[in-house]
Amino acid sequence: MAIEAQVNGKPVTFHVDDDTPLLWALREELGLTGTKFGCGIAACGACSVHVDGAVMRSCSVPVGTIAGKSITTIEALGSADAPHPLQVAWIAHQVPQCGYCQSGQLMAAAALLATTPHPSDDQIDAAMTNICRCATYPRIREAIHAVAGAGA
Amino acid sequence: MKLQRRYFLIGGAALVGAGVFSVWWSDKAATAHAERLTTGPGQSSFAGWLKIANDDTVTIYSPHIDFGQGSHTALAQMLADELDADWGTVRVEQAPADYAFGNTSIAKLFVPTMSGHPDVMKRLPDPVFSLLARNVPLQITGGSSAIRGTGQYGMRVVGAAARRALLATAADRLGVPETELTAAKGRITHTRTGKVLRYGELAEAAARRDLRDAPALKTRDQYTFIGKPIDRFDIPGKVNGSAQYGMDVIRPDMRVATVIAAPVRGGKLLSVDHGPAMAVKGVEKVIALDDAVVVVASGYWPALKGVRALAPKFSDGGHGHLDTAGIYAAQAQLIAQAKPDNHYGAGDVAAALHAPGARVLHAEYRVPFLHQAAMEPFAMTGHHADGKLEVWGATQDPLQTRNLLAQFSGLSIDNVTFHPMIMGGGFGRRFPPYTQIIEQIARVAMQVDHPVKLIWSREEDVKQGAYRPQSLGQLQAALGHDGTITGWQTDYAQFADAESEVVFPYRVPATARRHFKYISNQVDAYWRSVNSTQHGFYNESFIDELAHLAGADPYRFRRAHLPAGGRHLAVLDAVAQRSGWGTPLPSGTGRGIALVESFGTICAHVIEASVTPDGTPKVHHVWAVVDCGTTVNPRNAQAQVQGAVLMGLSTALGEAITLTGGAVDQSSFPDYPVLKLADAPPIDVHFIESDAPIGGIGEPGLPPAAPALANALFVATGKRIRHLPTAGQLA
Repeated sequence: MAIEAQVNGKPVTFHVDDDTPLLWALREELGLTGTKFGCGIAACGACSVHVDGAVMRSCSVPVGTIAGKSITTIEALGSADAPHPLQVAWIAHQVPQCGYCQSGQLMAAAALLATTPHPSDDQIDAAMTNICRCATYPRIREAIHAVAGAGA
Repeated sequence: MKLQRRYFLIGGAALVGAGVFSVWWSDKAATAHAERLTTGPGQSSFAGWLKIANDDTVTIYSPHIDFGQGSHTALAQMLADELDADWGTVRVEQAPADYAFGNTSIAKLFVPTMSGHPDVMKRLPDPVFSLLARNVPLQITGGSSAIRGTGQYGMRVVGAAARRALLATAADRLGVPETELTAAKGRITHTRTGKVLRYGELAEAAARRDLRDAPALKTRDQYTFIGKPIDRFDIPGKVNGSAQYGMDVIRPDMRVATVIAAPVRGGKLLSVDHGPAMAVKGVEKVIALDDAVVVVASGYWPALKGVRALAPKFSDGGHGHLDTAGIYAAQAQLIAQAKPDNHYGAGDVAAALHAPGARVLHAEYRVPFLHQAAMEPFAMTGHHADGKLEVWGATQDPLQTRNLLAQFSGLSIDNVTFHPMIMGGGFGRRFPPYTQIIEQIARVAMQVDHPVKLIWSREEDVKQGAYRPQSLGQLQAALGHDGTITGWQTDYAQFADAESEVVFPYRVPATARRHFKYISNQVDAYWRSVNSTQHGFYNESFIDELAHLAGADPYRFRRAHLPAGGRHLAVLDAVAQRSGWGTPLPSGTGRGIALVESFGTICAHVIEASVTPDGTPKVHHVWAVVDCGTTVNPRNAQAQVQGAVLMGLSTALGEAITLTGGAVDQSSFPDYPVLKLADAPPIDVHFIESDAPIGGIGEPGLPPAAPALANALFVATGKRIRHLPTAGQLA
């Protein structure tokens, strides 16, 4: 059946079964491959997107539940002309290694700063539960603090 | 003379440019083929690896695949430095999967040396060249080899040779001696007249010159890009979602497939009823392979539902009796039988162990199978049409991948194209011989009339892994009257003989290392740092136990057994000094130290740790000191070391692959827990820079992590961790 929603500011219609995870609808229907498949059970966070501004693990969000909602993926976190401050910081701090988890890390960090502009280390620990096997964690923390500090 | 030179190269000595690379470019056919693959109008190729365009753009072809190690950028720094390029004009491209970009010539050079001279082979300090020898033809990314191999013997030499050709061309054109010319930032200047020629206008004529003479390379004081924290090329695409991994390939009218293989490695598919999968909306085809079933559908979700609907029957290949405890028991029994497959060492260990008054210590250590757990599960896309097979994917050897695709599809190599993609992590998992998806995609693509992307679920990724071997080590040593070690014996049971990889830096009069070959149903795979992980844990835990037996400080005890004035001692001293070794700590907190050389790099860690009331180890701080000779890109090298430390801690704290009935028990991150940000301690990394031979950087930071942690936990709790992971042992 058809499910209508907004993705990255544009109206879209998904033509997949209701139980299809949002992740696969984004990747296979819309070709938005920046959102990654990591585990399929919401354990790793590689598939994190924003649903009405809240970070969600799209591998475990059935597309049938997002009708009428507004989805933002890594492709629209910022733009080439106006990157998100976290994207700028991610480059300045040379955060990624293999990079596969970084779309999800950035979406999680952006959601954190949207609600908590100046997070403590404990708040970063609690919010940033996405897995990075390269263990880029020290620079993720640095980059979040850099953006939070710059906005102070 | 020839043999000696080869030995030096194998040993990683600083004989830069002495012959190896000239083999690459003296293979005229390969060089010409490389040029045809990469060079268009207005572009000139140097040895196939460097291209200079008329508009001054400098393009470097990396045979290594990016998986976050940063070697694309570092290799470009090495070549551009020798070339005296303008960094703003430098680009890196992935070399195609082709013989022209393989390391075949290097391997040909080494294989006869190795087979003909076992004494040389025995003294190989690390696995990269034995890996080369076993995998001809190759185009590998692994063994921490990019910088110290391709970079030192390849990129720098090509850059320097091209620079010389550009200078000679400029001298001809201006009618002046070369000595009056200077090269800098992509231009050649005639100082006296102020005339300037751009590389772009010299390249075409320069590329026709013979490059074969080994050029002089820069010294440390002349570097412009080597040693600088230059931004990596690959990062912008990894923060905006545009980087394309193997998982991200989309072809017109593509189908998506997923797979379930025999749960017991070595088992075969006995039967499967296709019906339940075919009843799932979107499923188009079920393909039975020798040991697996593949479901092809309109998308991943219906394919997964299709696989889950199946009830395939698999045999256990005769391995149904294997379990984790049984493997350890069998390994201990092998050692008890005292018939080692390989035996190394020097001196009379038995005499030392039985000497009157000797204090003797025995300990048994156990480490489990470990999964690489790269964040990107396997994914490959294949399209068979008009007798040709085209495949996209991410492996640690594109050339061997292409060969295997030809073998499994039955097509000739010329009719097979492989497009190497960025890897979402590798850590040794993506070496073609055990990258099962290569065979699967070849067989599936031949049976599907559309492009088809085969994706492994995370569960398949964990259960069908190629693990770091489960290994058991029994160590014994004797302390003499003066409290120093008089004899040391390591007996270990696992598949591979670790002798060529493991470095024992301590001065002990009598040593013995005995390998007992244990074969399970699991593939013997490479895992980041390979044998140095378990043997680093054995050796650095045991020497710590000996220090405590001797009543000595573990740092000073190690110190007393290291050669004076050596690099190992300098690294150990530096890490002790930086960590405040010996200063008081709160009660319940301990400091542990460990020193491991691997892949030509010496690395020592100090870890400060305690245990929470519920028995969970808590790492407070890590100090790492690394001597890899030269850090080409210090910021990237720091990231590699930090990542390696954390991966080492993650495995030591909680990771294990266990078997029941021959099948893997774990299935995803909840039962194969990878360390998260909240548990990542601060890590201080310090590099000792020197003119010592350049070492690897992707792996050496890992092996000292587990023993340094175990040694710290012993001080903190009094409990000696001899089995990994630590989880559940400190409650």
